[in-house]
Amino acid sequence: MGGKARTSIQRPIAGTEILMAHPKLSLWQYAVLGLVSISAPLGDSCLSRGMTGLPDITLAHPGTLVAAVFTPWIAVGIALLIGFFASYLTALSWADLTFVLPATASGNVIVALFAHFWLHETISLQRWAGIVLITVGVGFVANGPSLTEHPAPAVKLEEEQVQ
Amino acid sequence: MNLPYPAPPPGIWASSAMIAAIVLASTAGEVLTAAAMKSIGDLDEIRAHSGMKGAIRAVVTCPLFFAGVSFLALAFFSLLFALNHMNLSLVAPASASLTLVTNAIAGKLFLKENVDRRRWTAAVLVCVGVYFLAH
Repeated sequence: MGGKARTSIQRPIAGTEILMAHPKLSLWQYAVLGLVSISAPLGDSCLSRGMTGLPDITLAHPGTLVAAVFTPWIAVGIALLIGFFASYLTALSWADLTFVLPATASGNVIVALFAHFWLHETISLQRWAGIVLITVGVGFVANGPSLTEHPAPAVKLEEEQVQ
Repeated sequence: MNLPYPAPPPGIWASSAMIAAIVLASTAGEVLTAAAMKSIGDLDEIRAHSGMKGAIRAVVTCPLFFAGVSFLALAFFSLLFALNHMNLSLVAPASASLTLVTNAIAGKLFLKENVDRRRWTAAVLVCVGVYFLAH
């Protein structure tokens, strides 16, 4: 028999189980995670600074919330949060949501430091303990796998044999 | 009308409702956004092949992304409202940490992520941390 003969093979890969990938993150990817951690608390601090300077806003006048967006501190906060969102989207494109969020939650400590030293808010010992516990949880997750891989249930392989 | 003295802090139910609104809207937004980014693929690779414009085009042409952003916008205005009544040192960690727990559940249910023992333990640690933060 001359020419090419084709045979199709159905080969299941690892059943339906979910695999955890733990690729080594590059320096750039660590930088992106760092940017997510830093820009969010900085932005939140600017928002807080802006909102506490405004009179009380009630649900009866929701339009005042929109007007608040154009005040300087809120505008700077929004600019920082846009930077956060861009780096956050980049991180989500190569890591799980349940990895990215805890891995960047060290921002809670940064928020506390900003609130204490910049906004002069009082943080009790118990709140500090809470922040430490959250940070421990963050470190716990950050050392684990970063991505869940979903293998296809079956792959159709076509082999070509030249006779 | 501006009061000559600061308004009293909101009660426990009002505070819980404000934080719950942020958490629910954030969770919906982040799950939808994560699903969008997974469907698009690695942005670094897309940028390497198609440039920054190609990466931006890939993101803004994904309908799931806009659904996610809508919920995140809702979460943002809920955050602004809460910050007008409560301290940043309570609102930011409480909402971020509770969102972490709800995202672990939503990630397992909707994104089929493998939320292993390590991630659940972290969620419990975070819950205890939030309890300390709120009291």
